[in-house]
Order: sequence, then structure tokens, then C-alpha cells
Amino acid sequence: MANFSTNEFKPGLKVMLDGDPCSILENEYVKPGKGQAFNRVKLRNLKSGRVWERTFKSGDSLEGADVMDVELEYSYTDGEFFHFMDPVSFEQHAASSDAVGETQKWLKEQEKYEVTLYNGAPITVTPPNFIELEITETDPGLKGDTAQGGSKPATLSTGAVVRVPLFISQGEVIRVDTRSGEYVSRASKS
Amino acid sequence: MTDWRPSAKREALEARAVLLGQLRDFFEHRGVLEVETPLLCSAGVTDAAIEPFVLGLADGRRYLQTSPEYPMKRLLAAGSGDIYQICKAFRAGELGRQHNPEFTILEWYRLHTNHYQLIREVAELISVVLARKGWQIWPWQTLFKTVFDIDGLSATSGELRALAKSRLDHVPKDLDHQGLLDLLFTHCVEPVIADWGVVFVVDYPASQAALARVMVDRPIPVAARFECYVDGIELANGYWECVDSRELERRFEADNDQRRALGIETRPLDSALLAAVGSGMPECAGVALGVDRLLALQLGLASISDAISFDWQAS
Repeated sequence: MANFSTNEFKPGLKVMLDGDPCSILENEYVKPGKGQAFNRVKLRNLKSGRVWERTFKSGDSLEGADVMDVELEYSYTDGEFFHFMDPVSFEQHAASSDAVGETQKWLKEQEKYEVTLYNGAPITVTPPNFIELEITETDPGLKGDTAQGGSKPATLSTGAVVRVPLFISQGEVIRVDTRSGEYVSRASKS
Repeated sequence: MTDWRPSAKREALEARAVLLGQLRDFFEHRGVLEVETPLLCSAGVTDAAIEPFVLGLADGRRYLQTSPEYPMKRLLAAGSGDIYQICKAFRAGELGRQHNPEFTILEWYRLHTNHYQLIREVAELISVVLARKGWQIWPWQTLFKTVFDIDGLSATSGELRALAKSRLDHVPKDLDHQGLLDLLFTHCVEPVIADWGVVFVVDYPASQAALARVMVDRPIPVAARFECYVDGIELANGYWECVDSRELERRFEADNDQRRALGIETRPLDSALLAAVGSGMPECAGVALGVDRLLALQLGLASISDAISFDWQAS
């Protein structure tokens, strides 16, 4: 991979740091009136998800990381790996549970996910911001409580538990914001 | 579609025009002569931390000026008297919220003045254009001691490195003594003085004198140099000028030694400047002030891009 100098550090650039692929979030140039200039850089470690803050001498460089974001369709899990498919080339990618992480509770077959590949293997799986899922279990709602905006827990087909309004019942399909894990609305009828 | 629009709003452009008028009035009333000097110079600066844009022309190299300092000093040596200039300066690779590779500089020189007297004039200018009355003056050593409880002038590189490690999550490995001082100052001191309004830091370590004279009558010699910070933004850098041409030549050679050590290209010394200073340059103090930053401070803009009609991305 090519090397990138601090003046090429732009948000989204993928570089290697301490052996891990990282994505640059911010790059701040700081220089005293006279003397050495620095770049204060915020990076997200793509393996751990942790944000690192590092100071570089301006002009220092990092090796680029062989990282690619692709949109893949979730197929199935064999219990150990989660299998995704490129809907165009039909190429298969197996993601470990570490790579899938929290997204596991939003995995729905045939849904598209943003998968980050590092050296060709998935390291992170990001769900779409909104996803429509069926409620597999929730208590029957009590009529008349809707004015108070009451809510109750509901278990979705993926195993995720979200709070839904009392008027929502089992078997309905709802729209959820995967970033906050919050109920948005009843799914639009197709 | 190509984004052709300016990076500054109309109000910023109007404020800029007013500001330039205020600056010219300020100096006209004080009898300081406005001058212009070449932007394309045949010699560049030797300072290893400043990278000029270089033009390779059929008849040799030209450097876009990184500041108008050298030709202005030649004017002083030729008997110009007090002078000021508002012009563009260029520094390759300096890009950030407070940096644009092409920027506007205000530089002025006062004869028979030392850096303390010049600080007073900078403070007066700030009170006019920023409507800020109060200001403080901090010797570098006292400021360093206040923030770190360590004597920065006598600290060894090892002590500075240990200090940096105790204050920062991460310290670049290959920093030398100067680099460590710069790291500590930018990362730990500047955030502290950001709450202090208008601050003049004076009497820098002799190793950071640049072109200021070194005051050898102190227990530890310090440079007659000052930096003006407003809300933590470095606005101006001034010197009680070194007028000893042999001393300047030694410093330029030392800069080139540093360039060799860093593996970067050395620069030819500006022989015209050295000859001018050697011919009997008058005692004076000079200061350079970032006009884009001044405007950004006046308007409360987070980045100087908003104070420049077309910033680096848009130019």
C-alpha cells in the first residue's frame, strides 16, 4: 500500500497504526508561531471501534490500509460465522461474531449491510439506519393508555428488544432506528 | 457541480475592507510609511520549519515570500524610517483552521524601539480593531513554570520528554529538544492561555530566538522575542531585532545544519539581507501579525477560511 503524509490525512482515509487498520476522523494542524508543526489526529480503530487521538510531526506518514467498504446481503449463519453475499458478483464473505458485533441483533436475511473488508475479510458490519422487523413477542396492549405515550418491550425476529407503543401487537412489522435502537413507526404496507 | 462560491460571507468581506482601512489609518496617524516589497524573491528563509513555494524559472529559482521580513529590513538599512506593509505571504503545507498556505500578513518596524515598547503598540492596535482593552504579559519561563511547575529554560530533553509523556497520551518518538518544547507549548500551554484573553508571551528560550537578539544579561540568556495570543490564537510574532550580521549568518548556517540533519534541502543564505544588516542597520523592533486571524477573531469565526474570499480549497 501507498504511504500517506499528514497533509493527505482526510476524514475517511484508511491507514495502518500500531498494526491495526484505522479510519481518520479528524486532522487538526497545529503550529506554534515559530517551530515544529504537528497534526493532531483522531482515528477510529476499525477492529475495536475505539477512537484514538494521536499527535504526529507534520510530514510524518502512515501506510495505507487495504480497507474497502462494500454493500453485501446477509444470507445466513452457521452458528460460528455469518455469511454475506455480494448481490452483483455473488461472491461470499464469512464474518466472525467479533466483526458482526452489536449488529448481530439487526441481522435480517436479504437485507443489505455495509461491510468493511480488511485484506479481503470482513472486520465490521454496519446495519442500515432503518430496518423493518416483525414483532415475535409482546404483551397485548391496554386500550386507553396511548394518550400517556406509554410503551412496552417487544422482541423482534432478530432477537433485538425495543420499546414500542402500547397499541402495537405481536405479528406486526415495525420500523426501527438501528443507531438508537428505538421504534420509529409501523412498517409501511408494501 | 464545481463549487465556485467564495468561502467567506459577504459580511466578512465587508468587515475585511473596514479592517484594512482601520489598519492603514492606525499607521498613517503614527507616521509609519506604507511600503510594498517583492513577493517573488531570489532567496528564501533558512528556517527548517518553514517551507516556501519555489518557482523554477528559466533564469533561476524564485521563492514566494514566506514573510516580507528580509526586504523590509533592507529598506530599514537604506534609511526608510518606520515602515509597515500589508501583503500576501505563502507557506507550503500550512493548512488548518488557523492556517492557509496563502495568507495576509501585516508587518511593521519601529526604529529605536525594543520588543517591550512594540508590545504596547500591538496592544493598542488590538484595542482599536478588536475592542479589547486588557492584556497581560508573561515571560515564557514564568508561564511554563505556572503550567508545568518545571523550569523550562534549564530542563533537559529527557525531563521535557518525561513531562510530555505525563501530560499527553502520545508523544511522537523522534522529537528533539525544540520539538518537545513546541509540543508542550501547543498542546498544553495554548489551551490554558485560551481563557486569558490577550496574552503576550515574552523572552523565549535563546534557542527559539529566530531573528531576535539574545539578551545575554539574564541568568539564563533569553530571546527578545514575543508572541501575541488572543483567546489562545497565535496572532503576532515580534522581535527586538538582531542587527549583528555575523550573528545572523551564524543562525542561518545553524538552520542549514538542522536542515541537513533532517535530510531536507539546504537554502542559500540571503546575501543581500546580510550585506544590508552589515552596512549598519538601525536599532529596531518588528512584528508580523496574521490579518486573516485578526478578522476571524473580530467576527468570532472558527476558521480563517471564513475570513478569506477564496480559501485554499476554493482558490
